[in-house]
Amino acid sequence: MQDFCTYTARQLRQAIEKDSVKAADIASCLLARRNAVDKKVNGFAHFDKKLLLERAEALDANESKGPLSKIPIAIKDNICVKDELTTCSSKILDGFKAPYDATVVTRLKQAGTLLAGKSNMDEFAFGSSCETSCYGPTRNPYDLDRIPGGSSGGSAALVAADEVIAAIGSDTGGSVRQPAALCGVVGFKPTYGRVSRYGLIAFGSSLDQIGPITKDVTDCALLLKIIAGYDPMDSTSIDTDVPDYTTSLVKDVKGLKIGLPKEYFIEGLDKDVKEKVDQAVDLLKGLGAEFREISLPHTDYAVSVYYIVACSEASSNLARFDGVQYGLRSKKPSLLDMYKETRREGFGMEAKRRIILGTYALSSGYYDAYYLKAQKARTLIKQDFDEAFKSCDIILTPTTPTPAFKIGEKTKEPLKMYLSDIFTIPANLAGIPGISVPCGYSKGGLPIGLQFIARPFDEAGLIRAAYTYEQNAGFERIRPEL
Amino acid sequence: MDKQVYITTIGLEVHLQISTKTKAFCGCANEFGREPNSSTCPVCLGLPGSLPVLNKKYLEHAIKVAVALDCKILGSMKFDRKNYFYPDLPKNYQISQYDMPLSTGGSVEITSTAGARRIGITRVHMEEDAGKLIHDQKRPLSFIDYNRTGTPLLEIVSEPDISSPEEAHLYLSTLKAILEYLEVSDCNMQEGSLRCDANISVRPSSQKALGVKVELKNMNTFKGVRQALEYEEKRQVKILSSGKKLSQETRLWNAEKKITELMRTKEQAHDYRYFPEPDLVPFKISPGLVQEIRDTLPEMPNDKRLRFIKEYKISEYDAAVLVSDKAMSEFFSACVKLYPKPKNIANWLMGDISGYLNANNMEFGQLKMSPEALAEMLGLIDKGTISGKIAKDVVVDMISTGRSASDIVKDKGLTQIADAPEIEGFIEEVIGENDKVVDDYLSGKDKAMGFLIGQLMRKTKGKANPQMANELLKKRLSKEKR
Amino acid sequence: MIKKDMINYVADLARISLAGDEEKLFASQLNDILAYIEKLNKLDTAGVEPMSHAVILVNMFRDDKVKDSLPKDEALRNAPEKEKDFFKVPKVIE
Repeated sequence: MQDFCTYTARQLRQAIEKDSVKAADIASCLLARRNAVDKKVNGFAHFDKKLLLERAEALDANESKGPLSKIPIAIKDNICVKDELTTCSSKILDGFKAPYDATVVTRLKQAGTLLAGKSNMDEFAFGSSCETSCYGPTRNPYDLDRIPGGSSGGSAALVAADEVIAAIGSDTGGSVRQPAALCGVVGFKPTYGRVSRYGLIAFGSSLDQIGPITKDVTDCALLLKIIAGYDPMDSTSIDTDVPDYTTSLVKDVKGLKIGLPKEYFIEGLDKDVKEKVDQAVDLLKGLGAEFREISLPHTDYAVSVYYIVACSEASSNLARFDGVQYGLRSKKPSLLDMYKETRREGFGMEAKRRIILGTYALSSGYYDAYYLKAQKARTLIKQDFDEAFKSCDIILTPTTPTPAFKIGEKTKEPLKMYLSDIFTIPANLAGIPGISVPCGYSKGGLPIGLQFIARPFDEAGLIRAAYTYEQNAGFERIRPEL
Repeated sequence: MDKQVYITTIGLEVHLQISTKTKAFCGCANEFGREPNSSTCPVCLGLPGSLPVLNKKYLEHAIKVAVALDCKILGSMKFDRKNYFYPDLPKNYQISQYDMPLSTGGSVEITSTAGARRIGITRVHMEEDAGKLIHDQKRPLSFIDYNRTGTPLLEIVSEPDISSPEEAHLYLSTLKAILEYLEVSDCNMQEGSLRCDANISVRPSSQKALGVKVELKNMNTFKGVRQALEYEEKRQVKILSSGKKLSQETRLWNAEKKITELMRTKEQAHDYRYFPEPDLVPFKISPGLVQEIRDTLPEMPNDKRLRFIKEYKISEYDAAVLVSDKAMSEFFSACVKLYPKPKNIANWLMGDISGYLNANNMEFGQLKMSPEALAEMLGLIDKGTISGKIAKDVVVDMISTGRSASDIVKDKGLTQIADAPEIEGFIEEVIGENDKVVDDYLSGKDKAMGFLIGQLMRKTKGKANPQMANELLKKRLSKEKR
Repeated sequence: MIKKDMINYVADLARISLAGDEEKLFASQLNDILAYIEKLNKLDTAGVEPMSHAVILVNMFRDDKVKDSLPKDEALRNAPEKEKDFFKVPKVIE
């Protein structure tokens, strides 16, 4: 039997159409691969073998005709799947089975995908390393001593390790793009409002977007087409047409104006990362793209603004986890003690840290100095991009300042960890789309990612630029040895 | 010692449930009295991942109320989160409005024997209701029913313009009448669709600044509001006149003991950490929409009062009482069309009928009698078919059974006796049986006449035409020579 | 500088009990973060509108149409404790 796990979604669809591959066969490939490698990677938060086989059987029985029929996809553990465990990799949601499907899950089910399980993540998406999960850290398939990135580290690692064909993640400050970069896969954060957030357990509601993590840009376009679009259940979802992103899979950047923000190419940028990004710039130049230096002057404030806004919103979003209606409850005779003990026991250190920071920033007397100030600075950051897009169509940056760091390296210094999202955060603050595509490997063999950012709702432009780069990049994809 | 005079200042906060078909932010039925936890969904349960979407009808009704209370509709409004932990609040924050509410600066005109006065309305804002807690009487447990969560509410905050508990009561009745006329709420205090909290402070008349404010909660009837304010007014005056100081606090009305009890002091006041609700977008309310809604406003109680005085020539007082209850005023209007003596109708409505309803704790709307039935009965009195006294019994029968006056009169044989020989027959009996009283009468004791009439009425079961009975008895007694 | 009692106040607002060493740890870590965030104070934001949404959208409504509620059993399914058709908690005292 073919090892379908190594296929891309498009390749697998071709095989299914040509050779009538059964979902059951795909499921057994997945099981075999999982048995072989997931003890090392730990990419799944929840995996139910019986359910996977039942689902595969149902897909075979119904001769599903959806566009992504039988394609196995992992769903990040903060996205609700009806009647299945959805725990945000947190002890506080222990045993919680959502009674409803997130809108993206409904769409993926309609498209015929084979839901393969819930992927591991930083607890409540609080992290850039996938180390804060209550199920233990996910490991980078390229170096098991290193982090896969986060918070969608499980999703990225599963795709990189060929445990699934594609995965869904969520991106609040880079949580799709950063792990995709560190695991050598493609990660896409759509424009805020492009993909419904209904059923995504909120972290920073004004920043969160769901996005695909895939093996290549083609799969990314295929998945985005399924999950994007207006949802009446989400007041912040935008009612505009969704183009067929596969028509943007065109190799052409001739005349495309690409901006290089000078604030992103600074000291502290890893040498290998800089070298690979420089090579990418040269390559795109050779293909006819026109480069210019641009300035995003408020970049230095982005991390501060992000942590105030995201933690404030999170402190409120996570208030509902109190042991009353679902999840963990600590037995205490008084209600107040029940609340406090449940939340002490249920939340990990990073969650507590962020809740306390956010509560502080919103509390009486501090609101203006922190939250309001951050909201105003956010406006300035957004205006930087508006200004920049007057002189370019696409902005190109490294996705991360360094390749994957070692597990445990930054856990004791939260601020250092926070700064690893410095290149991805601004797009969330501005609400604009970004994609990370692999652009080579460090001397140590670790993947490096290249980020393209575009104007609001120009997902098509991003796909075209990223696809052109990917198809011409010319480096050999190295599969991780596991 | 001079007797110090104290000035009372009261402000009221009314919470009104809006009777839309569905809840404020989800499609669950907005109905009272369902089985516990049977009208809930992921949104109103605040389940992780769910998102609110505003009910358009709720906003329209809210605008209607704001316009009727002469408020300024602010062109754009937003929702905010009010964060506090309480088990009836599934998200541990309430979606409410903080610094950009629907409307501000309105007023309500109240009319008392002292004349008309305007009570200012500070603001009318929108917010969601919480669930219901039931406390176990024996075990240290509370039970939660989330059916009510997400019910659309309006908070109507008055200026501290109210100067006495009576005036507070009058303001509430007037406000309730306005709200009933708008047909946007059941306005039922028993079922909690209208609730009221109060702020009260007293100060010596020599002092300019307002006194220390005490907040009162847990009043379940308008009468309770008045009683609580009366109690609190006395309590505060007593403390001040003994030279002690008041403290800013929240107190609960205990309807059984008829006292207010300390709930929390200012030191324990909440830090609500308001911030803009990121899951809901801002709302722009165009002057066109406001005008459209203004144009559909029904006649308001005040206008109706003036019309009643002009059109039906009834007294200021009668008109004010009639219009204070929407159902009663409509009954009155319908009845006047069938029976053109408005004063008569008003007397019956405000007298026997209101008396019966009050005694039986019923609302006017629960009346089974139709305007046609009352008109017919009044006609029967005018024609002499029944006496006014008999009519008092007939009306009670009509209210409770809904039968017509003529049916009741026929069934019970209540037709008035207006036949002289028949009455004279009864008179003979009375005279024969009351020798001593007749003697008294003849010796000049006028009171004896009343007794004899009473006896005559008893014999005729009240059916004798009173005028004829009187005349015939006098005539007969004048022939008696002793 | 955030002091320990501020951490306690905030933890209390957030309904999280902290162990003794956590107060100190959080106080020092939050002070690091706040010191970093301090740079925002250098930024002139006079006259700048605050941005609370990443998209410019207004007036998103739904129609007043009843949709199916969750079956009661599903609504109660995840309850840590329930009795009859109610969620159950330790007694609520104001």
